[in-house]
Amino acid sequence: MRRALLLPGLLALAAGPGLAGDLVSPPSPEYREECGSCHVAYPPRLLDGAAWARVMAGLADHFGTDASLASATRDRLAAYLAARAAPSRGDASAPPRPDTSRITTSAWFLRKHRDGHDGLHAALWRTPAVGNPANCGACHRAAAEGRYSEHEIQLPVSTGASSR
Amino acid sequence: MPKLPRQTPLLALLLGLLPLHAGAQSAAGLLERYSEEARREAPAYAASAARGEALFHQRGKDDWRCAGCHTDKPVVAGRHLVTGKPIAPLAPAANPERFNDAARAEKWFRRNCKDVFERPCSAAEKGDLLAYLLEQRP
Repeated sequence: MRRALLLPGLLALAAGPGLAGDLVSPPSPEYREECGSCHVAYPPRLLDGAAWARVMAGLADHFGTDASLASATRDRLAAYLAARAAPSRGDASAPPRPDTSRITTSAWFLRKHRDGHDGLHAALWRTPAVGNPANCGACHRAAAEGRYSEHEIQLPVSTGASSR
Repeated sequence: MPKLPRQTPLLALLLGLLPLHAGAQSAAGLLERYSEEARREAPAYAASAARGEALFHQRGKDDWRCAGCHTDKPVVAGRHLVTGKPIAPLAPAANPERFNDAARAEKWFRRNCKDVFERPCSAAEKGDLLAYLLEQRP
């Protein structure tokens, strides 16, 4: 009986606060199917509940493209994200709250990806292999499975003046 | 990249979902369905790969076009124009997951036609596009 309660608790701990930024639950199959095609299925903890609510209310014009869903699917995913969102600011365990709904412009993202950190440099973002900061999987090779551990980062080989 | 598909046939079998009760569950079946729908408007309609190819390359809003993300040769992987995320090949011969689920195909036609052409695609256009994609061989 007790074990049945313990296991989810442990899993929640492992999935835990994003401060370390390493362990995140894998995205659910539905979340990955619906929100992991054009971009990686972002870890829900990268935005707080209010930001996810804004995103899910505006899918018909989602950063310039139509990402609309059938309403039942949208409602299910909104609940999924709300349940896993970062706590709002003020909670000491909360990861830094992004300033906008665009994860890649959040103060947290920019700090984690600042020049010189983990071998990052400005030119790398512009290589064909990366192209855009939203292309998480270019360096975080296990991003699709929800894993962003520093041990699983592999920067693309910089080819300089490459052409494709 | 998607790991799911490998398990899908077994799961479907176990759940008894294989019967095609939901309508078109193959690219060829979907083409037939779009063709039937188009013939209700224009009885002489026959899906045309040539028209589909032209539409696939036609420039729309902000110069976007289907081929922009799905490449000029949709049997190879493309990438999202904005995010850079790789996109698996679109042609069914290169990727059997494509167009094997009518609801999913409709969802993407709805989104992508709006993004590129700023309007929904007609059944005739979807039939043409599918006829073109079905002709592509790796």
